[in-house]
Amino acid sequence: MKLVLLLAIIIALSSSALTLALHYFPRTLKFVFFTLLGTSGIGAIGAGLSVLITEQNISHKIGLSFPNLILQFTLDPLSGFFLAVVGIIVISVACYGPSYMRSYEKQRPITSMSFFTGLFVSSMYLVVLAHDVFSFMLAWELMSVSSYFLVAYHHKHAANRRAALIYLLMAQASGLLILFAFSILIKFAGGMSFDVLQATKISPTWASIAFFLAFFGFGMKAGIVPLHVWLPQAHPVAPSHISALMSGVMLKVAIYGFIRFTFGLLGNVCWQWGGVVLFIGVVSALLGVLYALMQHDLKKLLAYHSIENIGIIFIALGLSLIFMSTGHPLFASLGLIAALYHCLNHAIFKSLLFLGTGAILQQSHEHDLERMGGLFKKMPYTAWCFLIGCISISALPPFNGFVSEWLIFQNAFQAVTLKSEIMRTLIPVAAALLALTSALAAACFVKVYGVIFLGQPRTRHIRHARDPRFGMRLALGFLAALCMFFGVLPTFTISLLNVIPKQLIGAQLPNAQNWLWLIPITSKTSSYNALFVTAGILAIGLIGYWLVRAYFGRIKLRTVKPWDCGYGGINSRMQYTATAFAMPLRRVFQAAWSICEKTEKTGSETSYLLQINDWIWQYVYLPLERFSFTLARSFSRLQGGNIRVYLAYAFITLILLLWMVA
Amino acid sequence: MIWLVALAQTLLFVIAAPLLAGIVKWVKCQLQNRKAPPLWQPYLNLNKLFRKEVLLATTTSQLFRAAPYIVFSISVFTCAVVPLFIVNVPTTAIADVIVIVGLFALARFFLTLAGMDAGTAFGGMGSSREMLISAIAEPALLMVFFAVAMTAMSTNLAMIIKQLSLNHLWLQPSLIFSALGFILVALAETGRIPVDNPETHLELTMIHEAMILEYSGRYLAFIEWAAQIKFILYAVLFINLFFPWGIAHDFSWFGIGWSILLLALKLTVLAVILGVAEISLAKLRLFRIPYLLNLAFILGLLAVLIHIIIEVG
Repeated sequence: MKLVLLLAIIIALSSSALTLALHYFPRTLKFVFFTLLGTSGIGAIGAGLSVLITEQNISHKIGLSFPNLILQFTLDPLSGFFLAVVGIIVISVACYGPSYMRSYEKQRPITSMSFFTGLFVSSMYLVVLAHDVFSFMLAWELMSVSSYFLVAYHHKHAANRRAALIYLLMAQASGLLILFAFSILIKFAGGMSFDVLQATKISPTWASIAFFLAFFGFGMKAGIVPLHVWLPQAHPVAPSHISALMSGVMLKVAIYGFIRFTFGLLGNVCWQWGGVVLFIGVVSALLGVLYALMQHDLKKLLAYHSIENIGIIFIALGLSLIFMSTGHPLFASLGLIAALYHCLNHAIFKSLLFLGTGAILQQSHEHDLERMGGLFKKMPYTAWCFLIGCISISALPPFNGFVSEWLIFQNAFQAVTLKSEIMRTLIPVAAALLALTSALAAACFVKVYGVIFLGQPRTRHIRHARDPRFGMRLALGFLAALCMFFGVLPTFTISLLNVIPKQLIGAQLPNAQNWLWLIPITSKTSSYNALFVTAGILAIGLIGYWLVRAYFGRIKLRTVKPWDCGYGGINSRMQYTATAFAMPLRRVFQAAWSICEKTEKTGSETSYLLQINDWIWQYVYLPLERFSFTLARSFSRLQGGNIRVYLAYAFITLILLLWMVA
Repeated sequence: MIWLVALAQTLLFVIAAPLLAGIVKWVKCQLQNRKAPPLWQPYLNLNKLFRKEVLLATTTSQLFRAAPYIVFSISVFTCAVVPLFIVNVPTTAIADVIVIVGLFALARFFLTLAGMDAGTAFGGMGSSREMLISAIAEPALLMVFFAVAMTAMSTNLAMIIKQLSLNHLWLQPSLIFSALGFILVALAETGRIPVDNPETHLELTMIHEAMILEYSGRYLAFIEWAAQIKFILYAVLFINLFFPWGIAHDFSWFGIGWSILLLALKLTVLAVILGVAEISLAKLRLFRIPYLLNLAFILGLLAVLIHIIIEVG
């Protein structure tokens, strides 16, 4: 297995290197690159699954010429799981890429994109495998920087450069916070290897400081509110398969970092940490979905849904931390498994939605929901796959998103066993807010699906849309099938995941080996059988269809124009728009946004302006930006441009240094 | 044998659903001094609709044609996992209360999509309003379910009902609050007054009817039947959670007979109360409905808090 793992990484790296050599042969480049990428994905899944099944860790050390500096890589069940998640998405991107890149090839060479994609994917493999601080940070920074170049691929538009810059800034800030967190641990442990860090105990105060640094560091990369602002700017700018990789996988790598740091390295957790994580998770989930509701740029909307789902994952992790610190390892492992399962599910359905969006964009050249419509008849295959993605992300049974949210509800339900009355009352409230989040997500995806695929086409472009090429269809079908598989037969995966809490928390779910029934605690508490639900619904549908047909005869159909109240002349502009659909919710939850709504009358024409902004961007980030500019400007007064002044600076600095040394 | 009972229970649900709607309508007509249609009028309507030809709008897609079957079969399936006259049925283990909430949401997802499929303003309007109401009703419903589930320490519906009926707990304050919250949510989810009026076709007020305006013939029959099933499901859930007296626990002919008789009585009483309430209340404005549902949410939350603070501690 070690060989497979090494091969996967080497192939991913070489795919990146080969693109440089093949710059003048773009067609060969494309196929070689994506084939290698796909192969590395298969290798990653194989290696990840094998460690989850056999529970045997694989280690590898690389010595550098510096003394005491050894790069250490280990594949344990936790990294194996995330490696497999990355692998699944990489495979589907590799299927999708060649056809999708067609539209890019015509504009400019795709060498740089392929190069950085390869680097990005291999750095994600390395982050989850790294087993010491040095190699972790190295891989982490490589991941941030290579993804920056992917975000900045369309650098000709000023807005895109700006988005990429914000992304890079926040990625670096998060890297810095993580580095601080690690350095506290290193200070206590006196070594860099994760094994050493894990074995040392540190004082509760320092542990708390390290925890919060790590939480905000990894959280910034994962996109928790209020550190989420880069996400809706960076994701829509990148090409769709890169958005799928970033949203589907890179955010999960940040979650991996958090889990590794908190559960793996810190060990002794306090319940207050869990409380904060739970609170931030709830806020992220709710605000993420509320902002998404008001978006009608499709990719931005999906990016806000990533914030929502990251919030859901943090809700589960917060619950797990609370239960772990209060001495309920069984419920803690349930929370951790729910979080991990939601990571997997979100990776799959979010990639499906982003790749589906890519197909829509390629065919219609439209970003804006208000200009789409009626695509179901033009691209039925994409429409069915997208529907599965929408149902999954809205957490509806029997698809995969529901299973993980169900596990979270089951976990929250165990709050009755806690001693602290505050937690006992607050956790059910958090669960209710999670229910609100998923109901709002369903509303949002009814809007998305209804406005894009149903109704009548709103613009001319849309009328010429067709289903995409085979490779893209394959990727969409693959991911949609996975959504169904992980939804209908969740127990296979959950019994595999059971080794992770065994290693990190020391407990595992007792009834996870049952392949048919999903039983989190005991069968008396709760159980769910997704297979029976699916089979039951299908069977009843078929029986109902046949019975009615046998008794009342075949259905008689007559196609007519839709009901127009007798006035006639119904057209596509009379449909409900995305803005109109979300209007009642906008009015009910209006405190969540800063809304600017204006109606102006100029002569006979009336214009309507609606602007919906992010409070946090307006009241935290913009002042911060202004402040840093003012600061920079006041420092720039030092630079007079006169060489004598600069020499004086150098002289004074030298004197000061000499004084300090002496 | 017990699986056969579960099957019989499901069939009884599906067959009795139109009758309950008929009773409510009959009560309302009597109270309004109108000549009432026979109790079995909903069956006659369904029979007529099943035979009629379907007028299909040219703008619709395959989804529009699939949705009635999907919605209907989800509703029927939900009947299979809710105990009607006997508690210990094996099917309740398939889906607990959270899954039941999810199944309702799934049916609604398809119905709202179908509403948007024809590309007319009516459908979108209905779908948008339906999603508004469900978004606020769902957390309230979950809170209520949490409150009752906590008393039984289980989210399995059979376990909950068994616990509530065995321990004679119906005087617990948390249950009173949950019952009140449940009534409000049920009114919203089944589209009754004061949230939606099932009898009007006035475009400014309707929600459910606006969404299904493009449906006709057999498709409409499926959707109407599904709506009636949803109505009886909520009624039975209310009765069996909060007034479970006399429900049979295990299989015995006498127990089942007695249980069905009591249930029929309780459903009739509920239908009469609902009829009286519907003619004496006015429909709320759309933007007032969130207040009502927030009240339901607060009631559910109070139930949970009371249970956690007073009844457990």
